[in-house]
Amino acid sequence: MIRFFLSRLLQAMPVIFIVITATFFLIRSAPGGPFDADKVVSQEVIERLNERYNLDAPIHQQYFDYLSHLIRGDFGPSFRYTNRSVTEMIGAGLPITFELAIYAIMIALIIGISAGMLAAVRPNTAQDYIPMSLAMTGICMPSFLLGPLLVLVFGIWLQWLPVSGWGYSPGDKILPAITLGSTYAAYIARLTRGGMLEVLNQDYIRTAKAKGLSTSKIIFKHALRGGLAPVVAFLGPAIAGLLAGSFVVETIFQIPGLGRFYVQAAFNRDYTMIMGTTILLSCLIVFLNMLSDLLAVWLNPRLTLDAKH
Amino acid sequence: MPNKILLPVLLSILLLVGCDLGPSNIESATAKQILHLGNGTEPKDLDPHTVTGVPEHNIISALFEGLISVDPATLAPQPAVAESWVISNDGKRYTFTLRDNSNWSNGDPVTADDFVWSWQRMLSPALASEYAYQLFTVKNAQAFNHGELKDFSQVGVKAINSKTLVIELENPTPYFLSLLAHYSTFAVHPPTILAFGERDQAGTLWTRPGNLVGNGPFTLDSWRLNYIIRVKKNPHYWDHETVRLNEILFYPIDSALTEERMFRTGVLHATSSTPLDKIASYQTNDPDKISIDPYLGTYYYRLNVTEKPLDDVRVRRALSMSIDRQAITDSITKGGQIPAFTFTPPNTQGYFANNNSIRYDLALAQQLLSEAGFPNGEGFPEIELTYNTSDGHRRIAVAIQQMWKLALNINVRLSNQDWKVYLSRIQALDYSIARAAWIGDYPDPNTFLDMFVTDGGNNQTGWSNSQYDELIASAASEADEKKRYKIFQQAENLLMDESPIIPIYTYTRVLLKHPQLKGWEPNILDIHPYKYVYLEDSTINGGQ
Repeated sequence: MIRFFLSRLLQAMPVIFIVITATFFLIRSAPGGPFDADKVVSQEVIERLNERYNLDAPIHQQYFDYLSHLIRGDFGPSFRYTNRSVTEMIGAGLPITFELAIYAIMIALIIGISAGMLAAVRPNTAQDYIPMSLAMTGICMPSFLLGPLLVLVFGIWLQWLPVSGWGYSPGDKILPAITLGSTYAAYIARLTRGGMLEVLNQDYIRTAKAKGLSTSKIIFKHALRGGLAPVVAFLGPAIAGLLAGSFVVETIFQIPGLGRFYVQAAFNRDYTMIMGTTILLSCLIVFLNMLSDLLAVWLNPRLTLDAKH
Repeated sequence: MPNKILLPVLLSILLLVGCDLGPSNIESATAKQILHLGNGTEPKDLDPHTVTGVPEHNIISALFEGLISVDPATLAPQPAVAESWVISNDGKRYTFTLRDNSNWSNGDPVTADDFVWSWQRMLSPALASEYAYQLFTVKNAQAFNHGELKDFSQVGVKAINSKTLVIELENPTPYFLSLLAHYSTFAVHPPTILAFGERDQAGTLWTRPGNLVGNGPFTLDSWRLNYIIRVKKNPHYWDHETVRLNEILFYPIDSALTEERMFRTGVLHATSSTPLDKIASYQTNDPDKISIDPYLGTYYYRLNVTEKPLDDVRVRRALSMSIDRQAITDSITKGGQIPAFTFTPPNTQGYFANNNSIRYDLALAQQLLSEAGFPNGEGFPEIELTYNTSDGHRRIAVAIQQMWKLALNINVRLSNQDWKVYLSRIQALDYSIARAAWIGDYPDPNTFLDMFVTDGGNNQTGWSNSQYDELIASAASEADEKKRYKIFQQAENLLMDESPIIPIYTYTRVLLKHPQLKGWEPNILDIHPYKYVYLEDSTINGGQ
């Protein structure tokens, strides 16, 4: 176990380091700087701003300065929001995006696993085709289409649910969570169906059937654990994707999460904010992948941690 | 089957929660006088001396007040912190008397020294205020801001006593009072700034809720990043009896579509934008919820006159005269925009350009192009038209590309750029034709025409004309308004004859606005002093 963590950590370090370095130089090579504006800012002002944010130093110097701050846990000030630090902004946005991602993944799991199981129990019947074609639609339907569609139906026509906000009025978290979760529900449904079908053909299931166990007992007690292995492997990257990809849903529903900050930072050339969010998200992705590997082993005793690498 | 079990379960959950939905913001707002406003992007900061944008302006004008404010309908200067003023005969010396009861939100009196202190802050080189040029009409202010003058006592602003402020100008500047209504010239509370850092230090924590001390009709109550900024009525404001609103909530909303949905479901009283495709439907179905008003801004194309073939004035004029502006405003922008053939919007504080050298005239355009050596477009190189990513800009560019193809038989390549890339290319003159817009800072033709002086920071066309430069300079020292406007007309004629730019239309402000919202007067600066704004139920049952 400890060996697994250590070796994963050793693998992750260079990955993160490469991400930091590549992002640092890539964003600085993009045309346009943080202080370009449509009403042109005088040269004197630009020079002073560059000085204030250490942009007048040679680029390798800026890089080493940034790293030395980073090691001390300092992401620096935001270039755009002049009285905010990057740490403060991430602190404001991350918990909200995280909460949204948790709700979305819960919805995805509940809908996805139920639909996948139903389909796998009676493959190639209507009980299989209907949920699976719904799943296919879900995978194909982007959230920038589904979101406004749900808003139109439940927010504007039926007036059941608020169309914007996060914790501002009751029920405003429902539509965003469904919008974000539905694509993943669809993936999970397909993965569950595949995993279950494979397991249901195994000898030990046949043995269980022969012993006269009820279908529900067979599915929930024996098949599900093995059948869910592909879903679990998918969960790590899925949660990471939810966190990094929540931008569209946050924009549609006016949610003050990290996704909006991240995309705005790129448009604004807010260098420190782009760096901060990129580093954070890449660490999360590495961590979540590790977690889903651990879960996979727990679900499938035939795997061992040391064999995983 | 999942849709047999899951869907009903899901729907009943939705129904349960749905039943809980209380009254919308709009429905409960009138009794409490709480205004909900869409406000574009998250403000960079709330420091009047360091910010530049419209969303920032909207919030700062609730929290602070200048020497002067403007009448919401006519934009005429009105007493604010200054209760009266005297202008010397040569128009270069202003003496302001500050009202006795003007207070900071902590109860301290607002003094003339606060203004001197604040202007020194705003002009200090280290603060790097992007709007410092707003005060360059004040004697020696530019020299101080550029670090050539170290002694601020030589700058033309003095406190004679705690309630008398004297300002000396370089030139008589007829629009000077309008500048004093702009937030960059407002005073800040010195002890508050110093409690959180140095006078000339930007980005300190003084603008946070609980810290910020202002002198406007409202005080900062809470600031949730990228979500909501809430301001509450300020009991220490000198004119608090006029103020009828108890709170204003500003929502930073990036997407016009989201904003429209929030308006439609009763979250907002007014939006900061309107999706192009929704304008017609509101005009037909909900005409009382959409307001279209003239706005002090021009949508235009820049031409890079330093490269062939746009270095030839005949080519530039041919391009300008072959654009059917009416078709663009009728079929694309659809928001009542006015086709523009001159740069300064009509009736900019009584000023009208009188140029008629540019008009929609295909025959003349073809003749000009042929005189320039490209009969029927033959031999005309393919040129690039650059615009920043936006559906509206794209549609206009496509239409103009087609108009030029049909009228002049020339080919234009469209190039769509990310905002910052677009800005850096324009500044480097790395373009042929580029979409642009200019919104006036104050209601005077000068804010438009002084852009195109030689090497002016916002010129960005490479165009230079010494006669034009002289005209703009002579307008600056002319005190008589009629003569001054005559000089501007001459300058504008010259500009249009040379056509380094192609004006396309004069902006309008197209907003969704709830009928409850009263005291919100349309004006060309889109300024709405909140002290006059209030909510009142109208007979129309609105909200949904």
